[in-house]
Amino acid sequence: MTKAARIPFWRDLRVLRALAQVLFVIFVILLGNWLYTNLQANLKRTNISFSYDFLQQPASMGISEGLPFQPTDSYQYAFWVGVFNTFRVVFLGMILATLVGLIVGVARLSSNWLVRTLSAIYVETLRNTPLVVQLVFWYTAVFLKLPRVDESLELPGPIYLSQRGLVMPQPQPTESFALWGMALGGGLVVALGVYIARRIYLERVQRPGTPWLWGLSAFLLTALGSWFLLPQAPLRWEPPVRGIFNFEGGMQFTPEFTALLLGLVIYTAAFIAEIVRAGILAVSKGQKEAARALGLTDFQMLRLIVLPQALRVIVPPTTSQYLNLAKNSSLAVAIGYPDLFNVANTIINQSGRAIEVILMIMGSYLTISLLTSLFMNWYNRRVRLVER
Amino acid sequence: MRKVFTVGLVVALLLPLLTIGQGQPTDTLGRVKARGSLICGVNNAVPGFGFLDERTGTFSGFDVDYCKALATAIFNDPAKVTYRPLTAAARFTALSAGEVDVLIRNTTWTFSRDVELKLNFGPVTFYDGQGFMVRKASRINTLRDLNGATICVLQGTTTEQNLADMARRLGITIRPLVFTDVTARDKAYDEGRCDAMTADASGLAGARVRLSRPDDHKILPELISKEPLAPVVRHGDDTWYDIVKWTVYCTIEAEELGVSSRNVAQLRTSTDPNIRRLLGLEGDFGRKLGLDSNDWCANIIAKVGNYGEIYDRNVKPLGLERIVDGKPSPNASWNDGGLIYAIPFR
Repeated sequence: MTKAARIPFWRDLRVLRALAQVLFVIFVILLGNWLYTNLQANLKRTNISFSYDFLQQPASMGISEGLPFQPTDSYQYAFWVGVFNTFRVVFLGMILATLVGLIVGVARLSSNWLVRTLSAIYVETLRNTPLVVQLVFWYTAVFLKLPRVDESLELPGPIYLSQRGLVMPQPQPTESFALWGMALGGGLVVALGVYIARRIYLERVQRPGTPWLWGLSAFLLTALGSWFLLPQAPLRWEPPVRGIFNFEGGMQFTPEFTALLLGLVIYTAAFIAEIVRAGILAVSKGQKEAARALGLTDFQMLRLIVLPQALRVIVPPTTSQYLNLAKNSSLAVAIGYPDLFNVANTIINQSGRAIEVILMIMGSYLTISLLTSLFMNWYNRRVRLVER
Repeated sequence: MRKVFTVGLVVALLLPLLTIGQGQPTDTLGRVKARGSLICGVNNAVPGFGFLDERTGTFSGFDVDYCKALATAIFNDPAKVTYRPLTAAARFTALSAGEVDVLIRNTTWTFSRDVELKLNFGPVTFYDGQGFMVRKASRINTLRDLNGATICVLQGTTTEQNLADMARRLGITIRPLVFTDVTARDKAYDEGRCDAMTADASGLAGARVRLSRPDDHKILPELISKEPLAPVVRHGDDTWYDIVKWTVYCTIEAEELGVSSRNVAQLRTSTDPNIRRLLGLEGDFGRKLGLDSNDWCANIIAKVGNYGEIYDRNVKPLGLERIVDGKPSPNASWNDGGLIYAIPFR
C-alpha cells in the first residue's frame, strides 16, 4: 500500500501503457469519423448516391469469352462472368505453377550441370522482370505471331492453332452417356475397394508400395471396358466448324487466356521453385544419408523422406505465392482477357458506380484469397511437424 | 474494433473523392497570366488531334492547335502552352481539380458530362462518330457484315456500349476484345487477332496511319454514334468560358469571312465592318473579353490560322475530308452544307 502510494499514476508504467492505447483508439476513431463525415458531405454535395440497384439493369456490353453472355443480361451476371474467368485462370494457374515450380526447384539442386544451370537461368530471369512486361511479351510476341486464322495450323484431331487461339473438338454426351456414368460410379467403388485391400495387404507384409496406382488402374480399366462394351460410344467429339470469321463450336482457348495463364504460371513457378529449393535444403543431410543407407532409390528418397519434411517449410510461403498469383491475375487488363477486373472496369465506365463496383472487386479478390488461405492453412496443419 | 477497421477501410478507399472540388480559384485568366503559360489537357496518342512526337518531344494536332490559339489570344504567343497529356479516365478529374485550365482532348459533349460533372463545353470543333475499321480484303462493307466478327475495343468511354447496342439493334453477334491500352489494341488488330476495330472515326483515322500497312485497311462509312468534340472548362468562371468559346468562334468566323494567316496582314485595310471587328480594329472586343489586346483574334489567325487551315493541317492528312465526293461532312462550313457555324462578332 505504501509502495503503491509512492508511485504517482502518471509515472506508473501500467497506467501509461493503458492510457497510450486508449488515446490511440480515440485518435483512430476521431480520424475515421472525420473522414467518414467528410465523405458523406462530399457525396451529398456531388449528388452521388450509394446503391446497388444498377446491378439488375441490362449490361449493354459484350464479353468475349467465359460463360455465355448476351448484352441484355444484367450487370450482376456480367460481373459473375468476370469472376468465373478470374477463377478459371487462378485455379489452373495455381495447379500448374505448383507442378512447374516443384520440377524446377528440384532441378536447381540436380547433380547434372546443364539442368542445374538452365533452371537457375529460368528462375533468375523470370523472377527479376516485371510480370506485366512478361504478359505483354507472351501475348504480342508469341501468341499474336501465330498464323492468321485463315492459315491455321491443322493438327490431327482436328486441332487448329492460330492467333485466334487453340480450337479442338469438344466431347458431347450421347444417349448412352448416362449408362456410362453409372459404370464410372461403379468403377469408383471398385477402385476404392482395390486401394483399401492393397493398403491392408502392404500393411500386413510391411512393404512399401503404391496402392493409389492400383486403385487408379482399376478405375481406368472399368472406364475403358464399359466404353467399349456399350453399343454406342458415350461421348462424341464435336469438331469445330470454320465460320466466316472464327471457328464456331468446339473447345476454344483464346490467346488472351493462354497468354495470361502461361505468364502467371511461368512467373509464379520461378518463385515457387526457390521456395521448394529452400525447403529441400532445409532437410538435414543426415535424413538423406539415412534414406540411402536403407537402400531407397533417389525418387523414393525424394517422395518418402525429403518432400514430406520439406513441405513444412514450403507450404506457408507457397500460400503467399498463390495469393500473389490470384491478385496478379488482374493484370489481364493489359492483354484484353475479360477477367473480373476488366469487366468491372467496363461496368464502372457504363454505370458510373465506381465506389460500389470497387467494393465488389475488393470483396471478390478478398474472397478468393481468403478461400485459398483457408485451404492452405488446413493443409499446413496436416503436414506440419507433430510434436509430442 | 472490427467495425472501426471496416469504416477505416471504406474511408481509405474513398479518400480520393474528398479532393474533388477543392482549391478551385475563381479567376482562371488571372492564374494563367500570373503563371505565364496556359496548361492545356490534351491527348498524346491520337495522331491528327493530340499527338506527342517522341523524337522531337513536340505536341501536334487539331486539339493542340486550339491550345495554341487560346495561348495566342492571351499572350500573343502560341508557344506559351504547357501540355498535360491525360487519359480518358483522368481527364475530367484533372479539369475539376484545377490541374489544367482547359481540356481540349477529343472530348465528346454529352448531357451527363455537361450537367453531372459540372463542366461547360465550348463550341463543337469537330463532329465525330463511332465507326469501324476493317481490312479491305475482308469483304466487310456494311455493319451487318460484322456478324460473328471479333472486334478490338478500347475501354474507358461509351465505345463498348455503342457497340453492344448496335449489335442488338441489328440482331447480330459480335465478340468484343476489350483493351485498356491503345497500343495493345492497335497491335492486336494489326496482327489479325480482330476482324475489325471500333473507335471514333477520328481515332480510327489516326490509328490507321500507324498500322504496318495502312493502305490495306478502310473505315466503313456508317457511323453508329454522334460524338461532337468540344473544348471543356469547369463551372464557375464565365469570363474564362467566354474566352475559350470566342477563341473557337474567331477561327470559324475568320474562315467564313475569308481571313487566313496569309492575308490577315493585308486585310487590316479592309472596309468590311465584320472583318474590322474580327481583327480588333473596331469594337474593343478583346478588352471586353478581359484580354490585354484587341488584336487577339488577328493574332490567332496570323499565328495559328483559321478553322480551315487548322483542319487541313491536322485532320486532312488522315484522309478525313470536309467534303467527300461533293457531299459535305458535318465538319464542312455551313456555307457548304456542313455544321461549322460561327456566332456573329458584333
